[in-house]
This record gives sequence, structure tokens and C-alpha cells, in this order.
Amino acid sequence: MDMNEIKEIFFQECEEQLAELESGLLKLNDGDRDPETVNAVFRAVHSIKGGAGAFGLDDLVSFAHVFETTLDCVRSNRLDPGPEVLKVMLKSADVLADLTNAARDGGSVDEARSRQLIKELEALANGEVPQASAVAEPVAKAAPVVAAPVVNDEGFQPVAFSFDDFETDEPALMEMPTYEIVFKPKSDLYAKGNDATLLLRDLSRLGEMSIHCDMDALPTLDRLSPETAYFSWKVSLKTDKGEDAIRTVFEFAEWDCDLDVSLVSGDAAPAGEELPMQPVPFDLSILDDEPVGPIGVIEEEEQLAAQQEIRNAAVAAAGTASNVLQMAQSAARAPAEKSAGAAASAAAQSAAAQQAAASAATPTIRVDLDRVDRLINLVGELVINQAMLSQSVIENDANGTSSINMGLEELQQLTREIQDSVMAIRAQPVKPVFQRMSRIVREIADMTGKSVRLITEGENTEVDKTVIDKLAEPLTHMIRNAVDHGLETPEKRLAAGKSAEGTVRLTAKHRSGRIVIELADDGAGINREKVRQKAIDNDLIAADANLSDEEIDNLIFHAGFSTADKISDISGRGVGMDVVKRSIQALGGRINISSKPGHGSVFTMSLPLTLAVLDGMVVTVANQTLVVPLTAIVETLQPEAAAIHSFGSNQRLISIRNSFCPLVDVGRILNFRASQADPVEGVALLVESEGGGQRALMVDAIQGQRQVVIKSLEANYTHVPGIAAATILGDGRVALILDVDTIVAASRGQSLKPEMSLAAAG
Amino acid sequence: MTYAAKNLTTDGRELIAFRVGDQEFCVNVMSVREIRGWTPATAMPHAPSYMLGIINLRGAVLPIVDLSARLGMKPAEPTVRHVIIVAQVKSQVVGLLVDAVSDILTITDDKIQPTPDVISSEFERSFARGVLAIEGRLICLIELESVFPQEEREAA
Repeated sequence: MDMNEIKEIFFQECEEQLAELESGLLKLNDGDRDPETVNAVFRAVHSIKGGAGAFGLDDLVSFAHVFETTLDCVRSNRLDPGPEVLKVMLKSADVLADLTNAARDGGSVDEARSRQLIKELEALANGEVPQASAVAEPVAKAAPVVAAPVVNDEGFQPVAFSFDDFETDEPALMEMPTYEIVFKPKSDLYAKGNDATLLLRDLSRLGEMSIHCDMDALPTLDRLSPETAYFSWKVSLKTDKGEDAIRTVFEFAEWDCDLDVSLVSGDAAPAGEELPMQPVPFDLSILDDEPVGPIGVIEEEEQLAAQQEIRNAAVAAAGTASNVLQMAQSAARAPAEKSAGAAASAAAQSAAAQQAAASAATPTIRVDLDRVDRLINLVGELVINQAMLSQSVIENDANGTSSINMGLEELQQLTREIQDSVMAIRAQPVKPVFQRMSRIVREIADMTGKSVRLITEGENTEVDKTVIDKLAEPLTHMIRNAVDHGLETPEKRLAAGKSAEGTVRLTAKHRSGRIVIELADDGAGINREKVRQKAIDNDLIAADANLSDEEIDNLIFHAGFSTADKISDISGRGVGMDVVKRSIQALGGRINISSKPGHGSVFTMSLPLTLAVLDGMVVTVANQTLVVPLTAIVETLQPEAAAIHSFGSNQRLISIRNSFCPLVDVGRILNFRASQADPVEGVALLVESEGGGQRALMVDAIQGQRQVVIKSLEANYTHVPGIAAATILGDGRVALILDVDTIVAASRGQSLKPEMSLAAAG
Repeated sequence: MTYAAKNLTTDGRELIAFRVGDQEFCVNVMSVREIRGWTPATAMPHAPSYMLGIINLRGAVLPIVDLSARLGMKPAEPTVRHVIIVAQVKSQVVGLLVDAVSDILTITDDKIQPTPDVISSEFERSFARGVLAIEGRLICLIELESVFPQEEREAA
């Protein structure tokens, strides 16, 4: 595993931590005051900082550090996480995400923004209420360094995060205060590759130090568990560096040890009466030579232990003690056996409990997406093969012995089940996308000066990863629109008798084998008069066109349609909703809008759970087998001659329950036959198309209904207008999957070419 | 010609020779993935006339091209005796319908003669890389990447 791979893992973890951070902050924003939430947020920033430090990502480290410092104030109840504080923190989380991405992809970040936030964070850490007019003394001290852009490089320097100064200011007046530090590592500390000796050595660099090792917890040899930490250390340290410097030493071990730092006195002697034994002078040179190598060097180890002279008669032998230390270290190399050892001591148990609390989720593994895709492909093959087998059995053995048929049936069930479970591997909760949206809402709200609250529901709804990946863009667009166009300004809202804060609700749920995502705002709703006027101005509809409310609402999905009074940065470049609609359609989904003037609009997107399989109706058209996606079909019917009416030069309408619906001859549109087929001999599939309205697709016959595996045409051929994809049927032949929307659009007289212009209303 | 001399420098190369109508052609064996019998293809709407349709190649969708029609000759009437040469052209895999595969030739570059200056069509000149005289037969070496330029198939 080279460095890049490790770095990649770090960035993956960063993503998780950032998600954790954001959800934690949002919980706090909702009034959650659970210390565990604060801890989780703190941990997330802390881990990012730690990892970034290891990779020398200095920008990330310095920002995370300031952020962490402020979070620490919240953790220690020195700072109340009010809405204003959380606003700064959420923005900081965004910047942290930006910095992480920049570190990963080498992009640039808005330095002015991060500098501004560092300033705000420091102000918070100094106990200032945000937007307070009076600038307190410590910040005034720090401000020239941070604010002046000329010295921006220094701007990131730790600026001695002022609350340190608060604490150290007073003690600093005295001569070299003495701290007493009790350091009790848990087994996890060793398991994670940390080493107590190294920590203690770092500690000794801070000042004059005496150390005492407490071995009381060490059991007799027969009850000794080699992977448990038994020792703790009491250190008395004379230093002028302050308590935080001491804590910094244990920064990365903090979660895995009990650490107690207390100021004993100004310059009094070490509190000897509290220690059971006199502290022994600590010779560092011994530790420098301590091998971290394998157990093979036990002799040297014994020698060392003898030298150390810190053991007393209470312990059986110096060698044993040293062994324990060795073995504790070796636990780090045998993490698999960790749990067995951990159970042995109470300390370890509490550590494990803590860990369990931190990660209550079910265990997961990381798998390369390519492997999953390969598996899915193979299962797709299996399904096709199974279908082919069934078909040839039926063809070759008309009577069919019952045992073969039963076996086949079981095989069919099994393959279907395998397919479902394999598909489920790719299914992921929509949570990451939803979380990204909360950031977008924040940013847009800031830009537009609106007050917006985003409520997300059903974020654990699972859908195929490819769908999730492709969902982010249209959703971003829609959220922007909702905040920018949908919601009114606070003044207007108040005038309309609503609360000043607008609400955007993002919901995901499963409904009949599809995922339905709803985006609702409680804004002004669609101004139909304005939309209508705009459509007339843009020649989308005739001035006297008689449109239903729904049809007017759907006009916003047309290309080049934007009702924003002035073009803003955020939306309104005229490439809005039609792009959204197209990307949703590309996913095999539909989008609908319903709007109530004064009460807001609801966009409903219905998407397939997976892009790999599709439920289709297998039909015959001009001796060709085609598959029509089942989701498009409303009903099927057998036309009667009396119901068919000619209309115009070559149009035909079919009357269905007293309404007329245009007939679309699929074979003609796909150029499979030269002349129009007789509708009476075929079957009509009533389909709902995105362009609005229903169409009756004429096919020759229906073969049946089947789940088909979608195969790309583009891989070896090219995109074919009117055809969505291909599939392989039970007989091994390829069948084409119809793209109902393009077929319907083509029936309106548009040519069946890849570059489709959007249909005019109607 | 100079083109042939410039591009065909390796000294022994293997070519697959096949028959289309009454003419013989050959392509570099390295671009051929497999050779299989004809199976009925599913017709594609709005496809060029030489595009016979698509077939299932072990789960992948494989477009089939009537090489005879593509090279400007009489369109083939596929029978079970016809053969599909599955070839890699750039990143895509296509099937070429030919009458029969006749030979595998190992030749050196000096055997490849420049294309005679009798071909009038620009298109035919563009894919012919040279001709070979093997046992009194004339075999035309074609380059598949010229027969299926990427842009043309994308526009098709």
C-alpha cells in the first residue's frame, strides 16, 4: 500500500467525518444539547486535523485547529452553542469541506472566507458573542495578524488561540508552576499504535519532570492478560508552557487514556504526600534505546528493565513487568485478538463500551465499486442464462417432467433473489446528497438575505448509487430555485402573515418500487399570470391558448424559461428547470410540480431504484421485439374500429371513455414499416409522457411482462433516438427498449434526431 | 506507397484473410477478437443501410456491419454460412459480416504493395492500406479504423 492509497483512505474517512460533523452541528442547531453530540462533532474535526497533520496538509490543519479550539469551548461549556454560534460553525464545516476537497483535488479555496471564519471562530473561543459591537481586548491583539491581508501567510499561524492566554496569564506571573499529570492508558492506546514512552518523552521536553509508574493494577502472572494495559503514570512537571501544552502532547491519545492534569502550586515542591512513593528521576536516555521491535529482543529488554530501577519489590520481577509492556505493545500488532484481551480489564471494558456507543451502526466494509459492478454484471448474465435455459426446456420438452419444471422454478426464484440482494449492495441512503443540500440552502439564504430552514425527511431511504450520484445536480438546481424564486423575502413573508423564516422540505420515500423525492417550499407558489405572460413573450404558447393551471405550471420546465425579474447569480440564467427535467428523465424518472398560490410549490420526482434492471412489457412491432418500460404504461386496450377516428391528413385519434387520444404508430416512427398499420389488428398501450398528456402507442401484439437487464447501446454502438437501451431476452436475442418520451415527441411531428428541441406546450 | 512503408514497419505480421463477394480482404489479426457464425440480428431503427442490427455476444450488445455494403458492394443476404468477425475498433467492439474466412497469412512488410492507382472513390482509397499477391490471388489489406471512423458512427 503506497502513500497515495493511504491518503485516499484518509480522504474517504474525511468525507465520513465531515458528514458526521455536519449532521452533529445540525442536531445542535435543532436544540440538541447532548454532550455526546458535541463530542462527536469535536471528534470529527479532531480526526480530520490529525490525519491532515500526518499528510502535511498545513492549511487544513491550521483551520481545523482553530475550529477545534472553538468546539472545545463548547465542549467545556464555556461557549453556549446558540444559533449565531452554530451559523459560524456550519460555515466553518463548509470551509473545512472545501479545504479537504482542495487538498484532495488540488483546487483552490476562498482564502478570504476561511480567514474571515478563523477570525470569527477565534472571537467565539474568546467568549465573544458574534456580531457584538465591542471588540474585546484579546482579539484586538490578534486582529492585526489575522485581518491584515498583507500578512496572510501568517494569518494561519495559531495566533496562540487566545483562551490559552486567559488561562496562562495568571499562572505565568509565578515561577514555573508544577502540574501533576495522571496518565492512565487504555489497551486501545497501544492497539492503535501509540506508545506511552513516546508520549512521556514528549512531555519531558516541556520542562523539569519527575515520573512515577503505578503498577498496582498489575495482576499476578497467572491472571495477566498480555494485551491489557495495567500501568499508569503519575508525572509531576515543572513547566511554564501551560496546561494546554501538556494536553497537546496527549492530543492523539486523548480518547484512549484517562488523563488528569492539575495545577499543584506555583513553585511548591511536588505534592509528594499524594503519591504513594517518591518520584524517581526519569532518565530519558533509557527510553531512547528501547526497542519497539519484536519479542525476540527480550534479553535486551530485561537488561533495560533492570537498568531502569523503577521497579520495587511489590512486583515479582523486573523482567515480567517489562514483558507486560512489551506484550501490551505487541497488542497493537495483533488487533484481531484485541477484543479477547480487552474483556479482561474493567478499563478496557469501558473503552469498548465507549467505542460501541460511538459506532452504534452495523459493521461495514469498504469494497471497490468495480467489484460490485462486476458482480452485478455477472448476476445479470445469470438471469439471462436462466431465462434461456427455461425457454429451451419448454421448447424441447413440451410435456415437461414436473421435476425439471420445479427445479427451474426454484432456480428462477433463486436468481431473482440473488439479483435483488446484489442490487441491494449498490443501494445507498440518500443522506449524503441531502446533507449537501443543507449547505446549499445556507449559502443561497445568505446570498439572498432570506431566512430559510431546510427540513429533510427519509434520508435513510436507499437507492442505487448511480442514481444518488446523478441526483445531486438536479436537486441542487431545484433547491436553489426554491430558495431564490420560491421563497419570499422575510418582509414579504411577514406581510403575507407567514413566519419570517421560510421552510424548504426535502423528503425521500419508497413508493411502489420507485423512490419519490419531494421538494416543497412554503413560498409564494408559481405566479401563473407571470409564467403565462412569459411563455407568450417567448413564443412558447399562443396568446389565446387555453391552458389548465397544471399545464401553466409545467411550462417552467421548458428551455429558456426563467421568471426571475432580474437575472441573479444563483439562478435565472434560463437553463434552470429544463435541465433539471432532462437529467431526471435521463435517470428514467419523472418530475411533476404542483403549486398553490400563496402556499408554495411541491416538486415531486419519481426515480427508479436502480438503473440496471427495468420492468418492461415485451411487445411485437413489425416482427421486431421491443420492450416498453412498464412505468410509462397507464393501461392497455384493444382498439375497436368504431373508436378510431381519422384526423387531419395522417393523424388518427382513438376515443377512450369519451376523450380523444392521439394514436402513435411505433413501427412507423421507428421506420420499421413504410405505411401505417391497421390499429384494429394491434394493441394500444396508453402511455403517460413527460411532455404532458397521454398517447396511445400502437403495437402489433403484447408478448408478456418481464424484468429485463438494461444493456448499454452506447458502449459498442451509438445512441439511437427513440431507443433508451437494449436488453437480452430469454431466447438470447437482443431487444430494444423504447424511449417512450422521444417516441411521443416524434409523433408530434418532430424529427427523431438526437438533438431534440423541447416540445411546445399543448 | 509511402504510407504503407511508413506505417508497416514490423517485419513479420499476421493477417486474417476473408472473402466478401468475389473479393478477398485481410485485416491485422491483432484487432480480431473472435470469429463466430451468423445469428439473426435485431434491426435498429434509423440505422445506415450497412448496419444489420445488434446481436447478443455473451451479454454484451454487438452491432453487426455488412462489410460488403459498407465497402460499397452488393448488400449481403446473410445465411448460416456467413461468418461474423468480432473486431476491436478503437474502444468499441463491432461484428463484421463476411462471406467466409479464408486464411491466416504471415507476411513481411515488403510483400505489401501500394494500392494501385485505379480506385476512383475517395472512400475506397481511404481504407485500402495496400494489396498482397498470395498464390496468384489479390488480397486487399484494409484498416478497420478507416472503415469505421468514430465520427461517422456517432452521427449514424
